[in-house]
Amino acid sequence: MTQTDRTRAHMSQAGTPASELPLLRVTELAKSYGGLPACRDVSFDLWPGEILAVVGESGSGKTTLLKCISALLSCDTGQIEYLMRDGVMRDIHALSEAERRFLMRTDWGFVHQNPREGLRMRVSAGANIAERMIAVGARNYGKIRGAAENWMDRVELDSARLDHQPNTFSGGMQQRLQIARNLVTHPRLVFMDEPTGGLDVSVQARLLDLLRSLVTKLQLSAVLVTHDLAVARLLSHRIMVMQGGEVVETGLTDQVLDDPQHPYSQMLVSSILPV
Amino acid sequence: MTQSAQKNPAQSEAVEHGHADKIGPDPNYNFAYLDEQTKRMIRRAILKAVAIPGYQVPFASREMPMPYGWGTGGVQVTASILGPDDVLKVIDQGADDTTNAVSIRQFFVRTAAVETTEHTEEASIIQTRHRIPEKPLSEDQILVYQVPIPEPLRFLEPRESETRKMHALGEYGLMHVKLYEDIATHGHIATTYAYPVKVNSHYIMDPSPTPKFDNPKMHRMPALQLFGAGREKRIYAIPPHTAVYSLDFEDHPFEIQQWEQSCELCGAENTFLDEVVTDDRGGRMFVCSDSDHCNRKREAAE
Repeated sequence: MTQTDRTRAHMSQAGTPASELPLLRVTELAKSYGGLPACRDVSFDLWPGEILAVVGESGSGKTTLLKCISALLSCDTGQIEYLMRDGVMRDIHALSEAERRFLMRTDWGFVHQNPREGLRMRVSAGANIAERMIAVGARNYGKIRGAAENWMDRVELDSARLDHQPNTFSGGMQQRLQIARNLVTHPRLVFMDEPTGGLDVSVQARLLDLLRSLVTKLQLSAVLVTHDLAVARLLSHRIMVMQGGEVVETGLTDQVLDDPQHPYSQMLVSSILPV
Repeated sequence: MTQSAQKNPAQSEAVEHGHADKIGPDPNYNFAYLDEQTKRMIRRAILKAVAIPGYQVPFASREMPMPYGWGTGGVQVTASILGPDDVLKVIDQGADDTTNAVSIRQFFVRTAAVETTEHTEEASIIQTRHRIPEKPLSEDQILVYQVPIPEPLRFLEPRESETRKMHALGEYGLMHVKLYEDIATHGHIATTYAYPVKVNSHYIMDPSPTPKFDNPKMHRMPALQLFGAGREKRIYAIPPHTAVYSLDFEDHPFEIQQWEQSCELCGAENTFLDEVVTDDRGGRMFVCSDSDHCNRKREAAE
């Protein structure tokens, strides 16, 4: 640990005002599967309202990183601290399971690449949106339904289809429903794993547009994993390029994409197909 | 084989005619069929269940001489709490005279030679399939339910590891999602039986497939309520005078079934009614599902 790191760590424990603390702080995170390292020495801060894109090729450790920082996987070494609503930084792996699950359904959202993983396919779209509201204690049917309708509108779904099952929805609609379901409890931090993955280009563009307006309106912070540099360019403020489980370059999105320094980033940027 | 293991023809005849109490239990079986070690194991599970109201206690359910779905769980619970002085009543859908009730009653007459009754207030143990007697129970009675599926979250979350975690952490949002779905589809909460309840403000419990008509009777009932699920190997309980709250929404409160008809046999207006088809030309009548309650009311009227 360097001197500055130590001061930083010290500051986060002492009574630093919450506005001076990052929302999420990852320090020297490492994770390996058996002897196979998937992530090594990853450190970054995520500030409130900031969107961080993690880019890299398949197998570069992006998804492992996302799962570790969202506490879906335990990490081998390193610390992941999250700024709780009471203004205290806490290590999420030291939280009790009850606290972690509570965080997961209130303060956090997780948008899966495949909407089927993030939705309950057996219940209606409305019930999907209602689930998180009910989980935090909403017990008034009329109000729950009103909020669900409102969120259908906000993600540009026809609210007449509120009682339809998600498997009657198209892929893009399912993805929008998944986003509505996550955002209904006003999370502060959203994890997105290739949110536009399996969608065709025109649907992708509309979804990106929607995501961009939602994150600005709601002041969300997000960690966005993608292999698509266009998605990163459109949504993110900062970019982290990963290769072989290590972060090879990090910086402002425009800076990295316009003037990549590391040979691997240069290769990535130059491999975007010109239209 | 010892002498006692041989079957006495005179005795088995007596059992079939219901005179077993005069000659004692069938000597081929241990008292109440189960061996003493098994009964102790089940009693330990019952004690734990009573200590943690609504919590499903796993137990080593035994193979019983009847098929699963016929009340193997309830029979094991009854067998382990039954004493020679107990008076047993068995009901099936409220009635004392249907197959399930008659055969379980015979089973205990033969293996334990206990006295049986159809009168609710005379029984010390009442084993029931799907109804609670209309007559309020007292503190010296025990109600034993036969439960097919004890897990209220089963059809919402198929993983047992996950449902246990949800019970432990009190994450019961999903249960209301089901009720939400009911209202969205039918305009009202359309769950009419196995209506989920919250016991002692903690565990959510499936009251077995009793009609929701009976849910209010569970609330602060003076009698001990025991639930046995044989195939699923679970026992749970509601101790006497425990709060049992039926889940609902603020703007869609819990309601019990109501009928426009009254019982055509006894004229009762506040009981749970069965619709009985009387011929093949659309004839039907509504009668009390609790046969003891109905008979007694008619006797009193005569």
